[in-house]
Amino acid sequence: MSATTTGVPGPVAAQPARSGTPALPTAARTRRGAPGGRTARRVRRALLGLLALVVAAVWAFPVYWMVLSSVLPSARLRASTPTFLPTSATLANYRSVLDGDGFGSALRMSLAITGVTVVAVLAFAFLAALAISRFRFRGRLTFVVAVLFVQMLPAEGLFIAQYKMLSSTNLLNSVLGVSVLYTAAVVPFTIWMLRGFVAGVPIELEEAAMVDGLSRTRAFLRITFPLLAPGLVASGVYAFLQAWNEFTVALVALPAESARTLPLWLRSFLASSANRGVDWGEVMAASTLIAVPVIVFFLIVQGRMTSGLVSGAVKG
Amino acid sequence: MTSTAARPAPAPAARPAPRPRRRGPRLTPYALLVPAVAVLAAGLGYPLFWQVVTSLQEFGLAQQFGQPPTFVGLDNYARIFTDDRLWAVVVRSIVFCLVNAFLTVGTGVLLALLMKAVHPVVRVVLQVGLLLAWAMPMVAAVTVWKWLFDWRTGVVNWLLVQLGFDSYAGHAWLAQPLSFFFVATVIIVWMSVPFVALSVYAALTQVSDEVLEAARIDGAGPSRILWHITLPLVRPVLSIVLLLQIIWDLRVFAQIKLLQDGGAPVSETNLLGNFIYETGIGRQDFAGAAAVSIFVLALTVLLSWPYVRSLLKEDAR
Repeated sequence: MSATTTGVPGPVAAQPARSGTPALPTAARTRRGAPGGRTARRVRRALLGLLALVVAAVWAFPVYWMVLSSVLPSARLRASTPTFLPTSATLANYRSVLDGDGFGSALRMSLAITGVTVVAVLAFAFLAALAISRFRFRGRLTFVVAVLFVQMLPAEGLFIAQYKMLSSTNLLNSVLGVSVLYTAAVVPFTIWMLRGFVAGVPIELEEAAMVDGLSRTRAFLRITFPLLAPGLVASGVYAFLQAWNEFTVALVALPAESARTLPLWLRSFLASSANRGVDWGEVMAASTLIAVPVIVFFLIVQGRMTSGLVSGAVKG
Repeated sequence: MTSTAARPAPAPAARPAPRPRRRGPRLTPYALLVPAVAVLAAGLGYPLFWQVVTSLQEFGLAQQFGQPPTFVGLDNYARIFTDDRLWAVVVRSIVFCLVNAFLTVGTGVLLALLMKAVHPVVRVVLQVGLLLAWAMPMVAAVTVWKWLFDWRTGVVNWLLVQLGFDSYAGHAWLAQPLSFFFVATVIIVWMSVPFVALSVYAALTQVSDEVLEAARIDGAGPSRILWHITLPLVRPVLSIVLLLQIIWDLRVFAQIKLLQDGGAPVSETNLLGNFIYETGIGRQDFAGAAAVSIFVLALTVLLSWPYVRSLLKEDAR
């Protein structure tokens, strides 16, 4: 697994603003050009707006199509003309997915692995971020460089070795084995992300508390830790999304049917449906069940996550 | 950036601590690193070590049954890299990677410029559309696209027939390598563009309007401003995004694996990751798989160097 294959990549270092003053976007523009030019510009802007709406619709269409197909009866989906609006919605597809075997155990497996991974990642990455942003010590730069390179390593370059390691220690198909691999894959980027947050809290705050008589540890716990809450939330969400969506490592580390996570289950669900001429309504209901919680979660925290990342990066 | 920003003093240990704890601060950072280093050693370090060793050993059937492996030097590399199948996969992967990376960044930049040009309400609609695609779990996304490109009742074929391309009625996209990769490209560009577009848009909003205004007063047209001012100013972000995209697209595995499930010609659609998977898990040739893996890892480290250096600059700040 990597920070990337599942689609929530790390932040690109924000460029510092070229100028600190807030800009005046449109006021200056109207100065130039005759009234005729202004109408032309307005038409151009409207056309661009239209184009933007079309692009938005195209990009969102697969998500819409997934949800729509999941509530249509399979007879409608087999028709030669597609149905574009939910005119006869039904929850029958969801019912048969949830009643069928596999979903429950895959959900439990995913929850267990994701839970262990999130907790381990947060604890380990937090401690390490503290070390590299609050201390200068020998080997610090080596560790930072190693972390940055390790986060770029593709799962595809290591999964054979990971498979052999787990099979020789009897950890194939176990929650522990996959969780170790997931934690190792997510921890580097999370250390880097939290480093920005920790560095963003001025050490002067802590020192002031220490002058007032708190110990270093207590000053940290009372002053800095509460300010890091947004960073921990963002890192936790990141770890959750990575572990919940991961497919590649799970494919090699969880070969048994009983140990499937949700992504593996969805793949086999489609395969078994294909044997009797795919029932796309059911497959889309299964996809929606996996995707919608992730999408909702992602949309809620995305803004906070990026702004946190940017401020962490800029203030570092 | 400013002098007031958190810049940990070079030696916090030197500050007078309330109580004499001389040993504490010096060992603390190492103690804090122990859990992270341990899990990295277990999850990545040991497999990496095993992989290097295995790639230099004979690891055939005899070894599977308990014989001690023999050291064979670079034989595995020689064997694998004289295999024409591997080279076909390497070339295919590189072409696929470059096409996807440039398409993604190109589209992303265009959408970022579009976001900058339109009314804020429209911009939010566009951003939500992109975020929806970005948030989709990969396996669900590929599954939906398989449904869209389904040969019998998929919307894409239906749309093409409506537009007058009757030959697309019942067209099986995933059965031919070329159209297979077309579908894979559509999926990967669709899911990667949001990150590029939003990153570049964020960079564009940082370009100061005074500079643009100055250029306008000097008589530069919109296209000259774009080419000579805006794009050069966001170039650092553009190059990082392109580099990341190249690194990520080189390792595409899961999307291909999932698309192959539909009965595609596997050996003609394998990329590097799929080749490793098949060599190792499929044919149990662990030494060969390890050799190719080392090659992929070395390539990644090489490509990652500029990115890591740019992040290190941020660390030094």
